[in-house]
Amino acid sequence: MSTIYILWLRQVKKYFRSRSRIIGSLGQPLLFLLAFGFGLGSVFQRAGEGNYIQFLGPGIIMMSVLFTAVFSGVDLIWDRQFGFLKETMVAPVSRLEIMLGKTLGGATVAGLQGTIVFVLTLFVGFRPENLLLLPVAAVFVFLIALLFTSLGIAIASTLHDMQGFQLIMNFLVMPIFFLSGALFPLQGLPRFMEVITRIDPLTYGIDGLRGALINGSEFGITTDLLVISILTAILLGIGSYLFERIEA
Amino acid sequence: MNSNQDHANIIVVSDLVKKFKDLVAVDHISFEVKKGEIFAFLGPNGAGKSTTIEMLTTLLQPSSGNMTLNGSDPTRNKDAVRKSFGIVFQDPSVDEDMTAFENMQFHAILYKVPKDVSDHRIKELLEFVELWDRRSDLVKTFSGGMKRRLEVARGLLHHPKILFLDEPTLGLDPQTRNHIWSYVKDISKKENMTVFFTTHYMEEAEKIAERIAIIDRGKIVAIGTVKELKDQTKTDSLEDAFLNLTGRKIRDEEASGMDHLRTMRRMWTRRH
Repeated sequence: MSTIYILWLRQVKKYFRSRSRIIGSLGQPLLFLLAFGFGLGSVFQRAGEGNYIQFLGPGIIMMSVLFTAVFSGVDLIWDRQFGFLKETMVAPVSRLEIMLGKTLGGATVAGLQGTIVFVLTLFVGFRPENLLLLPVAAVFVFLIALLFTSLGIAIASTLHDMQGFQLIMNFLVMPIFFLSGALFPLQGLPRFMEVITRIDPLTYGIDGLRGALINGSEFGITTDLLVISILTAILLGIGSYLFERIEA
Repeated sequence: MNSNQDHANIIVVSDLVKKFKDLVAVDHISFEVKKGEIFAFLGPNGAGKSTTIEMLTTLLQPSSGNMTLNGSDPTRNKDAVRKSFGIVFQDPSVDEDMTAFENMQFHAILYKVPKDVSDHRIKELLEFVELWDRRSDLVKTFSGGMKRRLEVARGLLHHPKILFLDEPTLGLDPQTRNHIWSYVKDISKKENMTVFFTTHYMEEAEKIAERIAIIDRGKIVAIGTVKELKDQTKTDSLEDAFLNLTGRKIRDEEASGMDHLRTMRRMWTRRH
């Protein structure tokens, strides 16, 4: 337990120490909210879909959770290159504890980032409809954070340096975001897009968050929760398995 | 039980082999290290020094052969082995975004040193390596030598029976080098701790080690005290003995590209 705690604490401490990183990482969500929210807002409204900021808010919150979570996981490559990973690998503790500590730490950081972006959305006019459902929203945020931190760790366990990083960004993280229904409604899509969006795990996170925040879930909160929970468990398993096999 | 033998040798290695695809990095090596001894692996870059340390310290699985460390097998009884040693890796392994004290604390928790013991021990060790005044500073503000000293202190925190040092002084200036060695020798004597280090500095092996294994292309070519090595080769310096045994010079000046990068990195990160 203490091992998991100290690894968690390390991630969280580092997050609070890098203020410039926190502020820097708010630029992108803010840009998306402004450009899409206000840029496409009137088109969205004219199409009879209602207030676009309301629709976009949960998508952008989850976008920042996704990015932060994957980065926190991929951070492992950094620890590996700069040698710190070895310090934990020769310690008399199980790999599973190390992996869990790192994953929980990364997920906490991603959750905090999501919370900050949530506050940011309030400034551009986003209004949650039911404050009582905020804890449900928090559950979705944390599960998505956990899911994608595990994914980041799984990927990082198989990479030796940052060279593959661009590849991950362009062929994994970006598609997961853009094909998730963060920016557009899930109904009335062409058939192939419908299939792709429903394969994307983030879709269910965003849908669940919309359910909790603006009462706008497509699949229903229970389905979303179920899908995300199962996927998170699977990815935690894969992450642990791959992490176990690292030779430092 | 052959307990006398067990007590005398804290590290026993026989017929150890590590292959990476076609490359045989460690080629059937056998040696023993006595309890409390300061033992050196001397050899050029790529001789298999680090690979051997990685196998002994549970980081790498050997291809074949046997090892015993403080009575346990590093491939089977990993946790028992891990508790028994401290290590300073070839490349820095401190977390630069944490303070010196936090790095020590992190280590204490990983090794389950009780808090009342660890607080005292951390203070003692940081004072010992003259970093107590800088304990609350982030490690990224430290010079290369200070980081090394912190790593030595950290490696000693859980009272290890064996301290592994993999090229601990690479890229450091002579003064810092002497500094670090005097700490290590002191504490080795005080706590009857075995020291196993690798180096490609001739004079370092000669001055510090009680016994030396000369390793070249994955094989141990000779093993013994400096005097024994000289007698064996009928030479009058370790350098000549090395030349005689391996047929070439160790060539410090032709450090590999990787070493060059390491040294550069240390110089760059020395001061901010």
